[in-house]
Amino acid sequence: MSEPSPPAGIDLHAQQVRKFWLQDKIFHHATQLFAFVVLAALVGILVSLTIEAWPSLKAFGPSFLWTNVWSVPDDEFGALAAIYGTVVTSVLALLIAVPISFGIALFLTEICPVWLRRPLGTAIELLAGIPSIVYGIWGLFVFAPLFAEYIQPPLQALLGDVPVIGGWFSGPPIGVGILTASIVLSMMVIPFIASVMRDVFETVPDVLRESAYAVGCTTWEVVRNVVLPYTRVGVIGGIMLGLGRALGETMAVTFVIGNANRINGSLFAPGTSIASTLANEFGEADPGLHIASLFELGLVLFVITFIVLAISRWLISRSMGSEGL
Amino acid sequence: MTLYNSRIWRNRIGITLSMLAMSLGLIALLWILWTLFSKGFAALSWDLFTQDTPAPGTDGGGLRNAIVGSGLILFFSMLISTPIGILAGIYLAEYGRVSKFASFTRFMTDIMLSAPSIVIGLFVYALFVVTTGGFSGWAGSLALALIAIPVVVRTTENMLKLVPTSLREAAFAVGAPRWQVSLKITLRAVKSGVATGVLLAMARITGETAPLLFTALNNQFFSTNMAEPMGNLPVVIYQFALSPYDNWVNLAWGGALLIALVVLAVNIGVRVAFRNKHKR
Repeated sequence: MSEPSPPAGIDLHAQQVRKFWLQDKIFHHATQLFAFVVLAALVGILVSLTIEAWPSLKAFGPSFLWTNVWSVPDDEFGALAAIYGTVVTSVLALLIAVPISFGIALFLTEICPVWLRRPLGTAIELLAGIPSIVYGIWGLFVFAPLFAEYIQPPLQALLGDVPVIGGWFSGPPIGVGILTASIVLSMMVIPFIASVMRDVFETVPDVLRESAYAVGCTTWEVVRNVVLPYTRVGVIGGIMLGLGRALGETMAVTFVIGNANRINGSLFAPGTSIASTLANEFGEADPGLHIASLFELGLVLFVITFIVLAISRWLISRSMGSEGL
Repeated sequence: MTLYNSRIWRNRIGITLSMLAMSLGLIALLWILWTLFSKGFAALSWDLFTQDTPAPGTDGGGLRNAIVGSGLILFFSMLISTPIGILAGIYLAEYGRVSKFASFTRFMTDIMLSAPSIVIGLFVYALFVVTTGGFSGWAGSLALALIAIPVVVRTTENMLKLVPTSLREAAFAVGAPRWQVSLKITLRAVKSGVATGVLLAMARITGETAPLLFTALNNQFFSTNMAEPMGNLPVVIYQFALSPYDNWVNLAWGGALLIALVVLAVNIGVRVAFRNKHKR
């Protein structure tokens, strides 16, 4: 659809056409300008965070990423503990969320009676709609106490003496900590992963499914050998989307991770994440290196999530055609 | 026979696990909702709407200033994001089918949809709070608008794509200019869908806490001055839930219930309304 150029003709008519042509030109560029706002915001985030983080970037260099100190009085800052907490909680959350999301998507596309699909699908989507602060207070006041009383002690008794992994379950069962944060996070990302998986499962042509059923495959075999291979790319995209979400989640994690700026080998121990450090410290941060280091943490978080989300969107759009989500 | 049996069993185990996963999801939803309703309704009273947030150590109190503040911040962020989002969506749908710039913008919008909201808060702090010299309701509105825009853009675009090309061509054929076709024909044809997108964007930012922490901050007193720090529900919930006072924690539950009711009502409402429309 190319731009219509003003044709010559009867004077009056030509004037009218010329007017429309100009109006269209203006409209085109006005809408384009607004589309540009989104891009400008993205670039603006990168630039402004870099500027604000500059003192810290200059003072600590790249070793900021792997230094394990966070001392406001000494003006010594390193991101390792926060990065460790962010990555460990997100990966654990995915380990829990991926199989459950897969089960939900499988149920919604292959097993569930058709009349129930819509209400059940909506119920899972509602989980995504619940604000993260609600997950946070629920996790802190309801889940963490129950977790400390009924789940942590048996887990410790069962696995505490096993070599290597025993250390993961050591320490006092206080409810809040890395593992609790991971579980709450997994609940928050399940709806995102599950709905991407459901959508890509639905792109499998019925002919493929029906052929497999016709040669005697069971439902499980159809999913395992037909649906999954066909949608592999989209499924991975969905998992990456969940990872992107989990890495940047703030409020829920801040409530239940325990907010201790150190690395502890135990999953029961309190820790911190990039987002929760920002939420806790930014409001009262001292000007100078402290606030610059917090900006650098934000920059690190943004770059990591940007890469993860870019890969995810690329994979999802590749598997669903140009439609995207 | 053994192969047959093992296949049957594998299938049964797979299906059972899948059902188990589904019920886990439902249990999580019901558990959270049940907690929220039982604790939240216990905290609901007239005081919640007529009194301001209490000072430390005083009894009672309500959330009036936070409710009004949240309302104002939300109103202005939707006022900013709705026109920007809709016009950008029109660009992507009407002009951007083949352009490189448009597909790049579309991709970036999708990323912004899931970008960490706390980073948006940092950005607005650096851009607006530092330059204007202080926390303000405007800064909060701006931060929330940046989160809402991508939602409006993508729903508007997706809705416009559903309009049949023949409708556009019919309008072009009678000589309508492009901007009139976009605004008066195609946009009007999908206005309920676009309104849905705007409502969903609002629901999305209603509960956003992280970007408000360093923009709108909080204000213990009733204020309608958008140029000053402004009380708002999410930040009040965050501060009160972690406080040692029982009445504060109670108010936090009441506030969480209010937010969740708004979000759930919008989410369920648009789904029901949209579904009925399509049935007709």
